[in-house]
Order: sequence, then C-alpha cells, then structure tokens
Amino acid sequence: MELNYGPEYDEFRAEVRHFCETEGKKTQSGAMRMGEHRPSAEAVDWQGKLIEAGYTARTIPKEYGGFGGEPDIVKSLIIQEEFVATSTRAGIQNQGISMLVPTLLEVGTEEQKLKYIKPTINGEMIWAQGYSEPGSGSDLASLKTKAVVDGNNFVINGQKIWTSSAQFADMCFILVRTEPEAPKHHGISYLLMPMDSEGLDVKPLVTMTGEAFFNEMFLTDVTIPITNIVGQRGEGWRVANTTLKYERGMLGNPGMSATGIRGVADLMRDETISGVRAIDMPIYRDRLLKLQGRSLANKYHGLRLLSNEINKEGFGVEALIVKLSATYLAHEIYSLAVDVMGEFGTLYDGSIYQRRKDWMRQYLGSFMGIIGGGTSQIQKNVISERGLGLPREPLVRLDQNGWDFLKKI
Amino acid sequence: MLGDMLNKYLDTNLTMDVLRQSCDESIHHNQKIWSGLLDQGTHTILIPEEYGGAGLSMLHSEVVSEMLGNHIAPVSYLTNAVLAPLAIQHAATDAQKDKLLPEIVSGKVIYGVGLTDVVANRENSSLEVKAGKVTGTSMFVIGGQHADKLILASPGTFILVDSMAEGVAIEALSTVDKTRDFAVVKLNDTPCEVLGAQGSSTEAIEIVLNAARISIAADSLGAAEAMFKKALAYSRERFQFDRPIGSFQSIKHILAEMVTDLEPCRSLVWYAAYAFDEVEDEVTLLACHSKAHVSEVAKNISRATTELHGGMGFTDLLGLHFWFKRIEVNRQLLGGPELQRHIAAAAQGWAPDAITAA
Repeated sequence: MELNYGPEYDEFRAEVRHFCETEGKKTQSGAMRMGEHRPSAEAVDWQGKLIEAGYTARTIPKEYGGFGGEPDIVKSLIIQEEFVATSTRAGIQNQGISMLVPTLLEVGTEEQKLKYIKPTINGEMIWAQGYSEPGSGSDLASLKTKAVVDGNNFVINGQKIWTSSAQFADMCFILVRTEPEAPKHHGISYLLMPMDSEGLDVKPLVTMTGEAFFNEMFLTDVTIPITNIVGQRGEGWRVANTTLKYERGMLGNPGMSATGIRGVADLMRDETISGVRAIDMPIYRDRLLKLQGRSLANKYHGLRLLSNEINKEGFGVEALIVKLSATYLAHEIYSLAVDVMGEFGTLYDGSIYQRRKDWMRQYLGSFMGIIGGGTSQIQKNVISERGLGLPREPLVRLDQNGWDFLKKI
Repeated sequence: MLGDMLNKYLDTNLTMDVLRQSCDESIHHNQKIWSGLLDQGTHTILIPEEYGGAGLSMLHSEVVSEMLGNHIAPVSYLTNAVLAPLAIQHAATDAQKDKLLPEIVSGKVIYGVGLTDVVANRENSSLEVKAGKVTGTSMFVIGGQHADKLILASPGTFILVDSMAEGVAIEALSTVDKTRDFAVVKLNDTPCEVLGAQGSSTEAIEIVLNAARISIAADSLGAAEAMFKKALAYSRERFQFDRPIGSFQSIKHILAEMVTDLEPCRSLVWYAAYAFDEVEDEVTLLACHSKAHVSEVAKNISRATTELHGGMGFTDLLGLHFWFKRIEVNRQLLGGPELQRHIAAAAQGWAPDAITAA
C-alpha cells in the first residue's frame, strides 16, 4: 500500500475544499436514508455536479456516463475527508450505483453497460434487489422463483421478500431458477426486470423502525426479453456473488462510521447530564474513543482495499471482513448516542424533547446492515471458508422430527 | 408459585394480539390486565399488613417484575406497587401513610412517579415548593400520562400532587416502547403535599431508587429470557441448507453464550432483591450492578435474538421488536449502565459522590 501525499495533492485538496465551500453550501447536507424514496430532483442535480467534478462515479468510463478518472487512492481519500470535514452532501448511494453498476462493469455486455450505467449513476434509474425468498434467506441458493424460456422471453413465477426499493424502482436485478435439474448453485440466472412489467404485485413490509423500506414481491407470469440476462444461463450464482461482494463493500462503507463518530462527538459536546457535558465524562468519552479507534482502522482498511484493487492484487480475507466489522461498529456508534441521551434517547415522537438527530431510528435501522446482504453468521462462514480456507461443515439433511437421523446429500 | 400463577394468567390474557392492540392504540396501562393483577393482590406485596397489604418482600415483588417483563405487560406495576408504596412508607408521616397506603390497596388510585431529575438532570428542570404550592417541571415521569396522583422527587424531598389539580399540565412523551408511558409534568402554583418534612427524604429517595433499579433489572431479565426462548425455538424450527439452523455451531454457540450470560443475571437480581430487605449495607452496590449488568446482557441477547431470526427479526410482523424496545427503554430508565456503575463506584468510596462528577 502506498499513501504518499505529494505537493500536487495539496492543490487537489484545496480544489475539493473550494468546491465543498462554494457549491456544497448551495445544497442541503441532509443525507437521504437509503431505500426511503427516489432521489429528489435536487439530489439528482447535485449528483450531476459531483460526476462532472469527478467526486463521485470517479473511475467509471466517460462512455458510460462517469468521470473517467484514473484510479487514485490519495485523491479518493482527500475527497472523502473533505466531504466529511465540511459536512458536504455526498453523492447518491443506492443499490443500483453500489451493486449493479460494478457488476455490469465486470460481467455485463457492452449493450447493457451503455443502456443502464449512465441513468443509474445519474440517480434517474432506481434498482430493486430481488434476491431473498421466504424460505431462502441465508441459504439463498435454494431459491425457488423460476423462469422458463418461451420464445424470445423469460416467463417468471414466484415470490421474493426483502425487495428493497421495489415500491418506487424502475428496474430489478433478480435471481431466478432457470435450470431446475442442475445442482442448486448451477441452476440460477441473473435477470434485469422492468418494474412496470405485468404480473408484478408489490406489498410493503413494515419493520421495527415502523417504516416500510422493504417489500414482498409476488411474480405471476412476468415476461421479459431473453436478452435481459447478465452472464450466461445457470451462471447467476457467480454473478450474484459479484454483486454481493460489492454489497459487502457498500454496507461496510467506512465513510459512514466516520460521519457517525463525528455526529456522536458533536452530540456529546451539547448534551449535559446534571450540568456536566457528556464529552467531559470519562465514562462516555472512553466509549467514544474506542469506537473512533475502530472507525479509523476501518477507514484506512478501506484505503488498503482500494490500493489492492488498483494494483490488481485481488480480494483476500481482508475484503471479506468489512461488512461484519462495519455493521456492528455502526450499531455500537448509534447505541452510544442513545446511551448518552439516556431516557431522551428513547423518544420516538418528533416532540421538542427529541431535539437532537434521530439516533434511535438509526440504531434500530442498523439491523438492516447486520442482517441484510448475508447475516453476520453467514459473513463468518464466508470469512472462515473462503477467506481462511477452512473446510465447510458437512452437507447433511436433518429430519425435522428425528434430528439424530442424518442423511448425507 | 406466585410466578406460575401470574405466568398462567398472562399467557392466557395477554396474547400477542392484545399486546399489539395495546401498543397500536397507545394504551400503556391496560386496565383489563391490571384488574387481573389486582385480583391476585400483586399490587399490595410491598405494603405492610397493618395497612391492608400482603407485607411480603422485595424478592416476591421481583418475581412479579420478572414475569411482567417476560410478557412485556402494559401495566403500571412499577409505579403503583413498588415506587409509590415505598416512597410513602419511607418518607410520609403516619397520618399520610394511614390515608395513602390503604387507598393503593383498594386499587382505585393510579400513580405516576418522577425520579429522573434527581438521577440525571438533562433539562435543568426543578421543583420549587413553598407554602403548600409547587412550581416547576418534572421530566420523564413514569406512568405520568394516565396517573390520578403523582409523586415527584426533587433533591431531598418527595411531593404528592393530584394530577387534576390546578396548574398541572401533563405532556405525553412517546418512546420506542409502547408498553409503558412517560410524561413531562409542568406545575404552576399547584397545591401539593410534601411527604414527611421538606428536605428530609434523601434516604427515602435512595431506597426508592434502589427498588426501581432492582425492579427494572428484573423486568429486563424477564424480557431477555423471553427473547432467549424465542431464539431457541426459532433455531429448532427454521430450516436452511436442509437442516435446522440450530444444528450449525455458529447458531448453537450464540445460544450457549446467551444462557451463560443470562443465568448468573438471575442470581444477581435475586440476591439484590434479598439484600434490599436484609443486607442494607450492600443494597446500592447490588442494585446498581444489577441494573447495569442486566442491561448489558439483555441488550446483547435482544440484539442476538433479532439477528438470529434473520430478516423476520427485523419485521413488525413477528413482534420481537416489542421486547427489544422494552429492554432498550429499561436500559436508559433512571440512568444507563455507565451512570449505574459510577454510582456503584461512589458507594464503595471509589469515586466522588456526585453522580455526574467528571
């Protein structure tokens, strides 16, 4: 890993700072909660400015609507640091941008890249993720939603759950079983499905935050062109894992914890307990500093991964750990904020006493990170099996009524 | 036996549907469930026999608190059966006791109790008592929204206020936990009665706070046990990879850790409840550690249980979140773990006295 700051970067930093302090001040800094709604016209407008300046979609080729910059780890760091330091609104973060676009760049056809990447990074084309099913969560590869070929079309039938953004998305990247005879990992295909297709029924799924970011999606004879496949038939699991790799990256985004630490530090300077500022109380401050240590480790770890990627050093165990690490970290950061506020941290009514940032909502919402995209337990399996080369647990079928009776499969 | 009876009653009467309806409609004190508790006399456990109560111990009350936490019952047991009776017993004059304690036994009066400001004051709120009148604000009054009478603490003094009295304004505070209610009580030249003499209740406040810490710890203990049992049941039921998820070591070990953390908590809270009546010197230390330690363990159990249920754990549909939120509010109520440990340190002479001394 090389992290040289040369004089040429001082100029770049000044340029980013100038942008944040001039253009950045013209837009509100309030970050959109992921999955909540379509980006506003203002957010799309801001996204356009960021792409033009090279502060988001930086390395995506110009022909696909990106900035077309050379990968430069120091510049990426400077952009991230200056945006956090000046509380400047970051670019749009959604599953289309963070998951589908890198997947298409890696395995999509030229036609798919030209058609989908530009509107997606602009924030104009919103994607839903059609992976989980009621009986196929951690064991995603057991999914049953099927697609059969009918002339030049796929006809899809089945049911999905946890389909985030489906209530307003334009498109959905969906996993379906196309080869029912093949072993479960080899019978899946990765399709791109317009959300205005006939036969789609989307129902909101209310979560513990009281909101419905997610949906259940029922598919009855949904028909899409056969060309809307990414990769080959039966290769969907490999393609999906490409996407999941990026989902781990998105959910493990180190910038999020830096913003959280900064927010809690601000909160602790404001909040007083019987006249003493929370930041002046070692019992809370030590917790903040411990979390800051973890956050900084994750931040520089993110840069190391970027460096590996640029130098084509590939992904090892160090890339597999980010989601597990960052999602618990976020949970603990939000938990500290609630603890610092005590009883007032539990308010959930928008009253004047719930006067600070909505930390409780973030605390509850942090389960999305821990559970979504493969639970922590699945992450640990991935880390130990794929990362550390440990053997899988034996494949057995356990009878629901007689657990001692094992059948090898 | 007390626990079994109550468990049976709550199992039958406080179904998930009843609980959900109570929460949806913000009925924080479910009168139907409460009347069942009145019938069993649970509200008189801590009231001496001479006032018509059962004259039992904190250990008996702990069993009730634990069971109510297990079922996350939307009733004001904490204020009516623990905090108000103890405040009256330890602070009030004999004449006040003669009037107020039998009234609680009759089950006709519902109490709200405000203690937060003497533990961790966050709004610079205070009460000024002069010549039978009180002016000021009491924050986070437990059960304040539906109370007939309020007992409010300020440093060294408990006052009693009728919630319908002149100059009383009660603002609802709505937390994530819909099974209990809290309020801001604002008083403007309101008639009030001091329990005992003004400034003479420092010890009584400490006793009531310790009772609160033990009872809240018991509530979280019960709620954590309920979550653990749900996690255990789900890990047997849910099949992935052609086997129950509980057959994977990654899940098995989570459950083993949960029970390893949980069982000693039970012993700690039980001993603290025993000490409340029998080992005066150790009460503050044990009460604070009970609340702090159970809060930490219950938080981990509620997080792990939610996690173990996968996406379903995060839904409203399954209702796990009602337990999660009760545990979270208990954690914060009357001081979170850090503050409790600080008080425990002070109780041993290991830290300056003031709760919030930096």
